[in-house]
Amino acid sequence: MKYTEEHEWLRIEGDLVVVGITDHASAQLGDVVFVELPETGTIVAKDEEIVVIESVKAASDILSPLDGEIVEVNEALVATPSMVNDDPLGEAWFFKLKAADLGQMDDYLSEAGYKKLIG
Amino acid sequence: MTLLRTPLYALHEKKGAKMVPFAGYDMPVQYPLGVLKEHLHTRAHAGLFDVSHMGQVVLRGRSYDAVARALEALLPVDILNLPRGRQRYGFFTTPQGGVSDDLMLANRGDHIFMVVNAGCKIDDIAYLRRQLGPEITVKEITNRALLALQGPAAEAVLAVHHPMVADLGFMDVETVPLAGAECWVSRSGYTGEDGYEISVPVAAAEDLARALLQHSEVELIGLGARDSLRLEAGLCLYGHDIDTTSSPVEAGLAWAIQKSRRAQGDRAGGFPGEERILTELQEGPKRRRVGLLPQGRAPMREGVPLFASADAERPIGAITSGGFGPSLGRPVAMGYVPADMAVVDTQVFGEIRGKRLPLTVVKLPFTPANFKR
Repeated sequence: MKYTEEHEWLRIEGDLVVVGITDHASAQLGDVVFVELPETGTIVAKDEEIVVIESVKAASDILSPLDGEIVEVNEALVATPSMVNDDPLGEAWFFKLKAADLGQMDDYLSEAGYKKLIG
Repeated sequence: MTLLRTPLYALHEKKGAKMVPFAGYDMPVQYPLGVLKEHLHTRAHAGLFDVSHMGQVVLRGRSYDAVARALEALLPVDILNLPRGRQRYGFFTTPQGGVSDDLMLANRGDHIFMVVNAGCKIDDIAYLRRQLGPEITVKEITNRALLALQGPAAEAVLAVHHPMVADLGFMDVETVPLAGAECWVSRSGYTGEDGYEISVPVAAAEDLARALLQHSEVELIGLGARDSLRLEAGLCLYGHDIDTTSSPVEAGLAWAIQKSRRAQGDRAGGFPGEERILTELQEGPKRRRVGLLPQGRAPMREGVPLFASADAERPIGAITSGGFGPSLGRPVAMGYVPADMAVVDTQVFGEIRGKRLPLTVVKLPFTPANFKR
């Protein structure tokens, strides 16, 4: 598992990368009430805003951590946004990405590095 | 600038509150329960709010009538005929007919007790002193905290501490001993629920809060849920839904301007901005505050521009308060639209992230008021 400074986690699953947000991010956001996902097949660039997530407090974006193509999105989040609070590291993944260059993963933090970041 | 702290600051910290700066105070925005559950808890049981940041003001003169008459020059409200032991919602108007603050005022026999917004209190008090003259004394009450206990269980809970509170009707005020201290209690609030606001001496504030929290029905509620509760209740937030540019008539607050202060009333006019306000009362305003129900799931917040159609070039208004309504389980909003569009079921469009999304004009409040009549 790798982590971004934007509080996303990345997990390799076969030849895909699964992306979600961390426990820490979910707690900071508060109760999530709205999720807008990209369409499958969308070609995305690293750092492109591709998911809108709104909590009772505010709206924020999730950036694509890698260049690639969105091959699957977690539609269940649209119907039940609270999943992001209940199980951010498991059930509440956001999208699966076919990475153009898995080498971009190397830029990201290990679990230890991420824990250090959030103190 | 250092943030001010309310007398309950230590309690907030102990209860794990997330503190944020608000109107110069370090205030609890939420507790570990979280905004959503705090909101729903208040509607189902009872919520305890620390609103000690708000301004508490006592106005005294030769008599109640003398203070009321002087004050009527600043507010388009019938204060003279407000019965003893009763409270009323009101607002200061500007010479241009806008609103410079909204407030509660109570006839407490020989004086008036007023509660004003935290962010306006310094200006309000200076304004009162300047306008009312030397005959009326304006005293800010800084040795009292202000608690609100709101929700359907509020009466049963507070009545355990003094049975007298059960006899109060909506907007009644009374002095009641609670936690061994003389409290000024009103049956009111700003959540759309039944409940009380309790002005309690600082020395007894934490004891009273802790005593109320002993009840399993009571949870501490932060400013986050306070905002979503008042939004669902269709109540205005000063500086957002009303300000110096909006008239009380546009804002849908004409109900708070009694007959006696309107044209043909026995004390018609005589308040700042009377020209605009009396005209709008008779001819109708150009725009109106309405309830807006976004048709999709995306919350639309303050500042979102509103359009008459999906491709109209110029906005017709804007959202002034908006977010997720936990009791409705969907987004809700309020905003201003031209008077001819302020008709239930009219469709308008809000623009977020470059997309025009439909909203429907609806009647306020979103959740039925649950007051003790």
